[in-house]
Amino acid sequence: MTPQMSPDQKREALWQGKLSPKDPQGNPLQFQSPEAEKKYKESVLRFKTAIEMEKLPDRVPVTIFPSMFPWKYAGMTVQEAMYDYEKCAAAFKKFILDFDPDVQWGAYAPGPGRFYEILDYKLYSWPGHGVAPDCCYQCNEGEYMKPEEYDALIEDPTGYFIHVYLPRVFGALNGFQMLPFFPGILEMYAVALNFIPFGLPPVQATFQALFEAGAEALKWISVIGPVDVELATMGYPALLGGFTKAPFDVLGDTLRGTKGIMLDLYRRPDKVLKAMEALTPLMIKMGINSAQATGNPLIFIPLHKGADGFLSDEQFKKFYWPTLKEVILGLIEGGCVPFPAAEGGYSSRLEVVKDLPRGKTVWMIDLTDMADAKRTLGQNACLMGNVPSSLLNLGTPEEVRAYVKRLIEVAGKDGGLIISNGAFFDEAKPENVKAMVEAAKEYGVY
Amino acid sequence: MSEQELIQAIADMREEEAVQMVRDMMAHDVKPAAILDAVRKAMDIIGERYEKGVYFLPELILAGEIMSQIVEILKPKLVESPEIKRYGRVVIGTVKGDIHDIGKNIVTFMLDANGFEVLDLGVDVPPEKFVEAVREFQPQVVGLSGFLTLAFDSMRETIQALERAGLRDKVKVMIGGGSVDEHVRAYTGADAFGKDAVAGVALAKKWIGVQ
Repeated sequence: MTPQMSPDQKREALWQGKLSPKDPQGNPLQFQSPEAEKKYKESVLRFKTAIEMEKLPDRVPVTIFPSMFPWKYAGMTVQEAMYDYEKCAAAFKKFILDFDPDVQWGAYAPGPGRFYEILDYKLYSWPGHGVAPDCCYQCNEGEYMKPEEYDALIEDPTGYFIHVYLPRVFGALNGFQMLPFFPGILEMYAVALNFIPFGLPPVQATFQALFEAGAEALKWISVIGPVDVELATMGYPALLGGFTKAPFDVLGDTLRGTKGIMLDLYRRPDKVLKAMEALTPLMIKMGINSAQATGNPLIFIPLHKGADGFLSDEQFKKFYWPTLKEVILGLIEGGCVPFPAAEGGYSSRLEVVKDLPRGKTVWMIDLTDMADAKRTLGQNACLMGNVPSSLLNLGTPEEVRAYVKRLIEVAGKDGGLIISNGAFFDEAKPENVKAMVEAAKEYGVY
Repeated sequence: MSEQELIQAIADMREEEAVQMVRDMMAHDVKPAAILDAVRKAMDIIGERYEKGVYFLPELILAGEIMSQIVEILKPKLVESPEIKRYGRVVIGTVKGDIHDIGKNIVTFMLDANGFEVLDLGVDVPPEKFVEAVREFQPQVVGLSGFLTLAFDSMRETIQALERAGLRDKVKVMIGGGSVDEHVRAYTGADAFGKDAVAGVALAKKWIGVQ
C-alpha cells in the first residue's frame, strides 16, 4: 500500500489481498482442498461483485451475521461462550460448517468475560454480572460524560478519553485520572516531575490491571483469531476489517446516553455539533487503520440513534447525517468499504442516505421494507438483509424460503443484494437459518 | 402572564422560559393546581405533535424534564394532588432478561399524556412481578416490552403466568419492541402488538373504550 494510490486502487489492493490470502506467517494460505480454495475465491468475488454493482455476480451472496446464535445452537450458555474460549471457538466453527454461508464474520461476539472482570467494566451487564447466564450482554446506559465536559472532549478527545471517560467506564482504570498531561513532556528541565504519577500506588494498580487485561485479551485472541484462518482454509472467507461509529452515536450511545444527547439537541446544540466535528476524523482513522491492520475491506458501522422515530427529519439532516456521511466518505477515500447497519426502521431516512457514490458501500437493512430501500438507497448501495428475527425464531422453513425468494425478486434482480438476517439474533430455529442460506443459493442464481 | 402562554412555552420546548414563568406565577400566587392544569394541557399538545410525527424523542424527553422541574417548584405549595380524570390503568414493563427501556419509556409517556394511569415496573421484570402488579393495581391493559429475541420467551412466560394466576381474562395484553410482529404475537399469546408508541396508545384506547 503506497500513499500515491487512489482510493479505488487502495480498495482494489485490499480485495486482491483477500483473493490471494496469506497465512499468519505471510506465506500463501494452504487450503484444505482445491474445492475449498475455489469456494473461498468464488465467495470473495461474489461479495465484491455484489457490492461494486457494476455487473451481476454468479448468484446472490448469502451470509449469517448473528449475535449469540452460534453458541445457543451449540447448546451453550452465553456465559460459557464468554469464559471458555476453546468451546467458543469450536462452537463457531461448527456453526459455519453446519450452515454453510458464503462469508463468515468471526467468533468475536461473546468476547473475553474474564477480561471485562479484570478491568471492572461498568458500561455493560454480562452473564454473572447483572444478567442471567443465558442472556446476551447489554449496555447500561448512563451519562458517562457530563454535560459540562463537552469543551474538554472537543479540545482533546484522546485526553478526555484517557483522563476522564475510561476511568468512569472501567473501574480498574481509575489511576488514569492521575496521569500527566502528555503534550507537556517537552524538555529535560524538570521532565521527571511528569512521571511522578507512575510511582503512585493507584496508577501502579491500574497498570497492573492493564498487564493482566492485556494478557487475557492475548489469550482470548490466540484461540479466537485462528478460527478465521482455519475457516479460510476450508473455504469461508472473513471480510470484516473492523468497526467505527456515526459521531452522533459515539455521543448518544456510550458518552452522553440517549437521554443526555436528546436533551443536548435543545440545551447545547452547538456543542453537540462541535463535538461531532472533533470526533469525525478519529472515527475515519479508526476504520482505515483497522482495515489496513486486518487486510479486510469492510468497516462495520452500527447505526442507532438516527433510526425512524428517534429524530425528526430536520434533526436527522442537521445532527446525524452530515458527520456520518463524512465518516463514510472518509472511509471510501481511505480504500475501505463502509458497512453501515440501519438497525430498526430507516424508511424515513432512505431519501437522505442514498446520497452516496455508487457501488462503494454495503448496508445491512433491518426492519425497513426492502423494496423501498432498493428504490432509493439501493440505487447506489448494495443492500444486505433482511430476514427478520421473528421469522427466523418463530416461522417455518417454508415461510423463510418464501421470504428469501421475494427479497430476491424485489431487491436482487439487477444485483446489489446480499441475503442475510436483518438484525443480530440470539435465538432462532436452526432449520429456519438453514432454509435462509439454502433458499438464497437456490433462488439467487443469475 | 397567562396559563395560555405557559402552555405554549412548554409545548414549544422553550424550557428556561417555561420554568421562569412558573416561578413568576408562583410569586404572583397563581394556584399550583392551575399551573398543573396548564402543564397537562401542554403535555396533550406534545402528545398530539408526537402522534403527527412533528415531535420525536428529543421533545418527549425534554418535556419530561420540563415537567419534573415544574413539579419540583410547585411541590412545597401542593397540599393535595389535583384530581385528574383518568381513562384507565396500564401496567407496563420490559420483560425478564432484557434491560432495554427507551421504547417502553416512550409508550409510558404517551399513555400518560393520553390520560392513562400507568404503573411502570421498569426493566428485567420477572413474570411473578407482573402477576403481582396486575393483582394489586388492577389494570385493564398490560404492556410487555422487549428488544432481544430472548424477550419472545419471556413475554410468553409472563402471559402464561397471568393465565395460571387466573388473571389473563381480566386484562388485554399488548407487546412491542425490537422485531415484535404477528409471529411473535401468536407465539406469546398476546392480544395485539404495536409497532410504535402511537399504536400502543391506540390499542389501549380501543380496549378501554376511549373515543
